[in-house]
Amino acid sequence: MTHARLLPRQYMILGLVAVSAPLGDSCLSRGMTALPAISLSHPVTLIAAVFTPWIALGIALLIGFFASYLTALSWADLTFVLPATAFGNVIVALLSRFWLHEPISLERWAGIVLITLGVSFVAQGPSLTERPTNGNPAIKALASEPASITEWPEHAATIEEEQPR
Amino acid sequence: MNIAYAATHVNPWSAAAMIACVVLCSTAGEVLTAAAMKSLGDLDEIRAHSGLRGAIRAVLTCPLFFAGVSFLALAFFSLLFALNHLNLSLVAPASASLTLVTNAIAGKIFLKENVDRRRWSAAILVCIGVYLLAH
Repeated sequence: MTHARLLPRQYMILGLVAVSAPLGDSCLSRGMTALPAISLSHPVTLIAAVFTPWIALGIALLIGFFASYLTALSWADLTFVLPATAFGNVIVALLSRFWLHEPISLERWAGIVLITLGVSFVAQGPSLTERPTNGNPAIKALASEPASITEWPEHAATIEEEQPR
Repeated sequence: MNIAYAATHVNPWSAAAMIACVVLCSTAGEVLTAAAMKSLGDLDEIRAHSGLRGAIRAVLTCPLFFAGVSFLALAFFSLLFALNHLNLSLVAPASASLTLVTNAIAGKIFLKENVDRRRWSAAILVCIGVYLLAH
């Protein structure tokens, strides 16, 4: 079912999208910086990098992200899902401040406030652009069928037979 | 001229080209994937009717999905390449912020989404926010 307003389960999927993407990216970054410089003349080394532990963990997290992202895109607009996913950056920054006790500069606090404001702007609006046949093939098929019962050939014949002479 | 925020010595034009490559591939991939998912309809509904296997089959038999995934794969390898030459503090905020704006434009043009004033403001606020946060 498509909803202009989201259900709690759908908010949970958006949360999963938001958390798994930055965690996956951090793992990829850690893995790639540990490797020696890769040049375009040896592209195969990029493929080999996929099998190192940090990059493999990053990819596993990104697969989880992609599954939730696809689900979110099936009931919400791309321009709704993307700002919502950016909220993950805020979660990671807050975790690093309160869990890892890392210092956060004034610039970063400003960034957190701006992202939160942006996400709250989007969350207040509808999640999906309303269209007469929004995505559902069954509804599309119904919409393309004749509007009136007399437009069906078999029904038209029956009605013609029942007409008083 | 070399830039200080690069892990190795990188020309600024090469750095811009690497980031542009990530942004363009990522935008193309996300728009194509979103178009594919919209053409399928609500995945939760498909899963309720045909089970998880049916939902996976519906996604995997959609040609638009594969076009999208191909571009996303290109974006992924471009990102790996960029991370190998540039610092995360440059690549992550630049590509994430620019992708938000290019996606809003592409969503309006190609997906005919209703990108109203609220969504434009959100895209710009998040774009600046991501830049400040990761810079």
